Order: sequence, then C-alpha cells, then structure tokens
Amino acid sequence: MGKIENQKAWFFVLPVLFLVAFNALIPLMTVVNYSVQETFGDNTFFWAGLMWFEEVLLSERFHASLMRQMIFTFSILAIEIPLGVAIALTMPRKGPWVPVCLVLMALPLLIPWNVVGAMWNIFALPDIGLLGRTLNAIGFDYNFTRQPGDAWFTMILMDVWHWTSLVVLLAYAGLVSIPDAYYQAAKIDGAKPFAIFRYIQLPKMKRVLTIAVLLRFMDSFMIYTEPFVLTGGGPGNSTTLLSIDLVKIALGQFDLGPAAAMSLIYFLIILAMSWVFYTVMMRNEAK
Amino acid sequence: MSLELINVSKRVGVDQHIYPTDLKLDPGCINILLGTTLSGKTTLMQMMAGLDPLTTGSLRFNGQDVTKTAVQKRNVSMVYQQFINYPSFSVFENIASPLRVARVAENEIKRRVGEMAELMKLSAMLDRRPSELSGGQQQRTAMARALVKDADLVLLDEPLANLDFKLREELRDELPRLFADRNCVVVYATTEPVEALLFGGKTATLNEGRVTQFGDTGSIYRAPTDLISAKVFSEPPMNEAAVTKAGETMTLDDGTSWTASGTAASLGDGQYTLGLRPHHVVPAQTGRQPVKVKGVVQVAELSGSESMIHFMLATHSWVSQSHGIHPVEVGEMEEFYADVAEAFYFDASGQRITG
Amino acid sequence: MAKITLKGLRHSYMPNPSKPADYALQELNVDWEDGGAYALLGPSGCGKTTLLNIISGLLTPSHGEILFDDEDVTRMQPDERHIAQVFQFPVVYDTMTVYDNLAFPLRNRGVPEPEVDKRVREIADMIDLTETLQNRAAGLTADGKQKISLGRGLVRSDVNVIMFDEPLTVIDPHLKWQLRSKLKELHQRVKTTMIYVTHDQTEALTFADKVVVMKDGQVVQIGTPVELFERPQHTFVGHFIGSPGMNVLPCEVRGGQAFFEGEPVATWNAVHAKEGAKLEVGVRPEFVSFSEKGLAVEITKVSDAGRFQIVDTRKGGRSIKLLVPDGAEIPEKHAHVSFKTDHTQVYSDGWLVTGGE
Repeated sequence: MGKIENQKAWFFVLPVLFLVAFNALIPLMTVVNYSVQETFGDNTFFWAGLMWFEEVLLSERFHASLMRQMIFTFSILAIEIPLGVAIALTMPRKGPWVPVCLVLMALPLLIPWNVVGAMWNIFALPDIGLLGRTLNAIGFDYNFTRQPGDAWFTMILMDVWHWTSLVVLLAYAGLVSIPDAYYQAAKIDGAKPFAIFRYIQLPKMKRVLTIAVLLRFMDSFMIYTEPFVLTGGGPGNSTTLLSIDLVKIALGQFDLGPAAAMSLIYFLIILAMSWVFYTVMMRNEAK
Repeated sequence: MSLELINVSKRVGVDQHIYPTDLKLDPGCINILLGTTLSGKTTLMQMMAGLDPLTTGSLRFNGQDVTKTAVQKRNVSMVYQQFINYPSFSVFENIASPLRVARVAENEIKRRVGEMAELMKLSAMLDRRPSELSGGQQQRTAMARALVKDADLVLLDEPLANLDFKLREELRDELPRLFADRNCVVVYATTEPVEALLFGGKTATLNEGRVTQFGDTGSIYRAPTDLISAKVFSEPPMNEAAVTKAGETMTLDDGTSWTASGTAASLGDGQYTLGLRPHHVVPAQTGRQPVKVKGVVQVAELSGSESMIHFMLATHSWVSQSHGIHPVEVGEMEEFYADVAEAFYFDASGQRITG
Repeated sequence: MAKITLKGLRHSYMPNPSKPADYALQELNVDWEDGGAYALLGPSGCGKTTLLNIISGLLTPSHGEILFDDEDVTRMQPDERHIAQVFQFPVVYDTMTVYDNLAFPLRNRGVPEPEVDKRVREIADMIDLTETLQNRAAGLTADGKQKISLGRGLVRSDVNVIMFDEPLTVIDPHLKWQLRSKLKELHQRVKTTMIYVTHDQTEALTFADKVVVMKDGQVVQIGTPVELFERPQHTFVGHFIGSPGMNVLPCEVRGGQAFFEGEPVATWNAVHAKEGAKLEVGVRPEFVSFSEKGLAVEITKVSDAGRFQIVDTRKGGRSIKLLVPDGAEIPEKHAHVSFKTDHTQVYSDGWLVTGGE
C-alpha cells in the first residue's frame, strides 16, 4: 500500500514512543543493569558479568520452580481451551438468551485477582469452606494447606474457574462470525455434527483460539496474586511458581543480582515460547 | 480546468502497477477508465487523487504542478464501490459533512444540501440513517456527499457495481446529467463496456497497468488501435481467428474463405488475426459481406429478446449474438453468417491495420 | 432428479399472520418439470430467497406443501431432500483440498472410496478443476470456489435439484460471463433440475427455460423468456425485464381504441379493456420505430450502446424510448414514431387485459 510521505506523522507516534520507553525500556534497563553487577547493600556496585545468570540457570531451586510453572501452565491450557470451546459450542448463537449467557460468562473476569485468591482460600478451607467441607463430608481426605496434591488441585480449579470464561468469549466470537451459509451447506452435504465442528467451526475459530492460547499461556506463566493469596506457595515449596519464587528472592532475601538475572531469563522464556506457539499455530495460515 | 498526467507510473517492489502514462482529462464530459478487475483502474485513480504517491512523473491541475500537494488541499472527492457513509449521521448530515469541514455557513449548508438531495431524489429521506436506506439510496447519498462540495476533481470507482440491475440502469441514466453543467473533471472507472458506451464522453482502455488507447468513447469502440483495446472494449468477448491473405482470397484457419474487399483488400499477403464482435456473427444472412461459417454449438443462451450462441469455429470459441429467438441444438453443427465487412485485422504485434 | 410441485404455498415470518401484507410469500402454485432450468427473478426483498429456503428445507412454510416427484417433503430436513445449493458467498471447507471438498458429500454418505475417486475426477473434469484438485480450496479465486460449491452438488448421483442463490455476486465482472455460460452448459449436460435465484434479468433469462418473476412476495408471471419479453402479463414485468424496460404510457380507451395524449394508438387488446380502472398502454423500445406518420415526439437524448442506439423521446411529459440500429439516421429534434400493433398492449391496473375477463 502507498506510504504517505509526511514528516508530521512522526509527531503522532512520539507519545507512544515515550510510553514504551517509560513502561518497558527504562525498567528493563534497570533490571539488565542489576543483573550484571554485585552489591553488598551499601550502594556500591561491582561488575559481575554473567555470574548471576550462571548461578540461576544451574540452581536446583530455579529448575524446580520452572518445572512447577510448566506443569501448571500446561495443565490449565489443557483444561481451559477444550472446556472453553465446548462451552462456547453449547451457547445459543441468537435469541434473547445470548446477552444473559455473555454476562454470566464475563462475571468471573470482573473479579479482582486478589479477591479470587481470598475467595477460593476460604471456599476451600477444610473446616469452614463449602468446598473443603463438602469434599471431606463425602469421604475425601482434603486439606489444601497441608497436602501438596490438594493444593495443586485447588489452584488449578481456581484458575479454570477464573479464566475459562475468557476462552469461551473468544471462541464464541469466532463461532458467531461464521455465516449461516456454511451450516446450511454442511447440512446439505450431509455432514455429521463432528464433521461440522472439525471442518467448519474449528478452522474458523483458529485465529481467536491462537490468541486465547497465547493470552492464557502468558497470563498463567506470569501468574502471581491468585496462587500466592491461596497457598502462599505452600505447603512447603510445592506450589511455588516462578513468579512467587522470584519475589521471594528479590524482596524476601533482597538478592537483587540473582533476582534480576532470573527476571530476564523468565522474560526470555515467555518471549521464546510465545513465539513458538504463534509460529506453530499460524504455520498453515501463510499458504 | 484540466488534469494532466505526465509520464506517471507506479511501481511497488518489482511489480509495475502502472506503466508510464500520459493523459489529459478535461471537464464537460465523463472520462471513463475501462478495464477488468486488477487492470489498474483504482491505482490510477488513487494516484490522481493524491492518495497514492507516484513512482515517476507529475500531475498538473490547471497547468499547476500538484504532484506533492496533500490530498486535503486538492479539493478532490471520491465515490467507492462500497456504499461508504457515516452510519450514525442522518442523510442530511452525511451530505452536509464536507461543507461542515469547510466551515460553510448554516443557511448555506441547508440550501446546498437541499438542492443536492432534490437532484439525487433523496429529499424525502433526509432524516433517516444510512442503514434504513436501500442500496441505491445509500449510494446516492455517498454521491451527493461527493458532489455537494464543488470538488475540482470527482473520482467514481465502479459506483454502480454493487447495485441491483434495474437501479444501475436508472443511475446510469441520471449520472451524465449530474455532471453536464459542472466545472469539474470527472473520472469514472468501470468494468463494463456497455456502461462506458452509454455514458459517452471519453474512454481510456486499461490492460495490466497500461492505458492502451484514449479518446472519444464511440471512436474507441469502433476504431480500436490494437487487439488488446478491442478486447477490453467488447462484451461478450470479441471473436478471434487466424486469417491468411493470398492474392484476393482471405482464408480463415478453419478453411472458410472469401474475396477480400474494403480494408482487407488493402492488406499485403500474409497472416493476420481477425477480430469480429459477436453481433456481427448472426444466424441470418444480413450485413454488407456475410460469409458462411460453421461450428458445433456449445451453449445456447436465449434471453427472450436476444440469442447468444456459443460455438466452436475450428479451435476457437466464438459467440453469435443476435436479435430474436434462434433455437439451435446443442452439440449440432450450425451455420452462421459472419459479416467480414465489420471485421478488424491485426498484425502479428497486435496493431490494427486500417488500410 | 425430480419434478417439483409447490401446492398452495404461503409463508409468513410472523406467528399469527392475518392480512396479505403479513406474508413474505403470497400463495403460490407451481409445477416444475424434471430436468428443467428455472429462475426466480425479482428485486431485493421480493421473497425469492424465502421461496428458495422453503424448497431447500431451511425454512418450513406456514401453509401449503412441497412435493418432489409426488413425495411430500414439506417437513423434511435439507439433507433428507437430496438437494444441493450454491450460495451467494462461496462456501468451501478451507482446510481441505479441492479434492476433499468434492469428496466430502460422498464420504459423509459412506460411499466407498474407489467410487468417490471416480466421481470426483469426473466432476472435476466437468468444471475445469482437474489441475487444482490437490490445492487447498482456500487459495482459489471466487469463481473457483463457486465451482467447488457447485461440484459438491454435482458429485452426488441422488440430487433432486441444484439451487443457486445469486451465485455470481462476488465473481469478477469479466469472469461472470464465462461462469454463466458454464452453468448453462453444465445444465445441458447433466439435465438435473436447477433453480436459479437472481435480481439480474440477463442471468435469469439466459440461464432458465422458465422464469418466475416475483414482486412484493407475489408471483407476477411465470413464463419462458420469450413470453416474458413479448407478452409481459404485468407492467412490472415489462419494466423489470428488458434493458431499457417497456415504455408504459397512461391511456384511455374509447370504443375499443386506445388513446394516448388524445392520439389513437393501435393495440391488439384494447377491445377487451373495460373503463373505470387505471389504463396504460405498454410497448417495448424494440417495437417502436421512427415513421412518416404517428405520434409526434421530441427527441431528448441519444445514447450509443454500440450495437444499437437508445433514443429517448418525450411526448406530453412522458418518456418514450426506442432502439435504433447502429449507424441509422436519427432525426434532428422533432420526429414521428409508431408502435408495432401486435406488440402494443393495454394494461388495466397494471395487469395485461385479455379477452377472457
């Protein structure tokens, strides 16, 4: 398309450049700065090279929390994406129930993250919480504050409750954009419901689903508030995800160097994996 | 007032979208850009408007160089194939919008919008929103908006293409009248030869980014300079065949032959491409020099007033277009009369030989 | 393949229709023969798409029934009716190849793979898609996609009727012409009953053996292209079909003779006209010519259509158009025109006056 050669146009871009500089570049540079220096807390810094990076990458603790992070993220993706699509498929495409369904779906998304954490914490307490008591009453030995398995179960359940709606809304938007003619043609061609899903609905939802997977991946990989409020990373370190661990190192132990190096590694992992996701999912699109 | 394109071209990467073009467009008649989709009509128009920068060449308006002048300062208006209106504005506000931008006084706006609405037959629906109008009314609103501001250059990019057949016919009738007494340069892009003919004015035939011919519409239709211009300006497509001249005898590649006369008589011996519009190939023996040709009928389209019969003349797919009903059997060999006095002859490079 | 009968068909989108205006489709009785090519023609909103959806089974009519070969299919689902449809906007299965698209309806019906292969190749050849069989369908141009839609109908051997809903809308103008004659050619080859819905008279008239002209939910005339052209039953048909449309002039009839602006006009049916109704005389531009005597008119505009010229004349504030061959002499300003008597007819309240009334 044609470019308009107009120097004034740059002025319109300037505010964005400033914003990006303040929001991302400057803090990031601070982090980069810390990650290559050593300090003993008296505001004197020494050049440390890649020492912190080496330390973080070789540490057992980092490996463990990264592994927990991966398990968490892939579990919720494996549940939320199919579940979201399934719910979107059952929602009505037109009629008076559409706004009702949409509002119901959007509700969990409107609750602040720390409230979600607190809510589930109380909800799941084995002695007074509805969920905890019910589970125990029907014979499960459930206590998320003591047993790591139960803590994981609660954490994942909470995330699914909170975020599946987002996937539903995105998938639903993809579904309603399919013209009626496609369904009519499929009916005429004698396609069974699964074939309609496989050859019409899924391909047409592909773009929005890519966005859903990316958003959920990034969000869950960086998640902090909800699990922290729910379990505080425990019992033990069993639910200490990367972000929780990072905060422990940076603020709890005030190890700025390793924390900064870990932040950068963390950031690069997210960037790289997002890129991989996107490329894989859009691979066929180009043709 | 006039718009001049001097050595104007457009190149994007390795693709040449518009080859170097010289055109001089005058007010007083519609200037038509005729060509198929992707022939470069829209690009050329956007370059005229200043929406798309030129790779080479310059644009002159009234003798003044406007190549570098921003669109906003050129007093141009444009109508697109899609009906583009402000959805939340009433028809009145839609038409008035360019005048509001130009800070015209309120009573002057009322007067001019009223006049324009009258002309466009929109007076009864000035309070409605575009979504409450039919397609034809929406497009008339868009056109009214383009015309109300007295632009120096009005560009219409296939404005009737998305309308119902009968509406198209109606607006086709109205349009030339709208521009008749305006002092502005009007450029109209279309894919349909019949539309170009009915508007009259001047036509530039476009093919793959090249203006192949420019001049009075009727004369371009009747005297194309080359094979490509003739093909662009023919619907249904022009019938073509190879013809050999030896002495006084013309022979088609299917064996049909006749005695050369008129233009054909002045040709030298050798091989040419013959081009004959479908309405000169008819089932009845009429015309100045009817020559009998035979072919197997592929499709017969009988529309009540007209017969269009597609047949194979040797390896060429030909069409016969005639008034009245001429029932034929598909798959059968049928006879037609080609009025070779109306034929065009082109040499190997595609140039028409006029004798 | 099947014969299609529509019996007392009516449809309203309202739950309790009471007056005729509540019906999107007024009562309709039609017999369509097996293997014919039919068109539903009318302006936007005339009810043609409603009728199409009723035939395909996407809509159940409020009244009446639809028979395929004397079998009542009124309440059947689209897939039980064995129909095929080509939509306005091309519908292809994007992720599949052209081959798989064509094979889809057969595989859904459990046809064995060798048979599928045979049919797909046969049809691909017919619609000129053999070269692109292994390409992804999403990459094809609009006309290619429409051919796939049609091909999915043609591959099935059990198809009763193929329906087209304005299939050329998104096709490039210079390809419309080719696809249109391709459809006609295919019909002449496969002889499946086909129903074509459009607002474009050229498409309807060239495609169909019989055209149903609709207006405001009502069928105005069913006839062959020739009948519609030569004997329009309603002034709407006269206007809508033909380009330019029929000249319609107000007239009065006295003693079996029609008069326009006080001057006699020879018609073939004025003797049957009764007074009291709104009377008009209709004549197509094709049947008007310049003459020595006749109506005195003023020439207002001459348009060159290439093959012929359209001359616009006026008399008493009414426009009379006529077609003149290319190159023929046209008088300067004032002229006389006459009408061909056997193609000049009187209409009463819009409807053609006939002897039977």
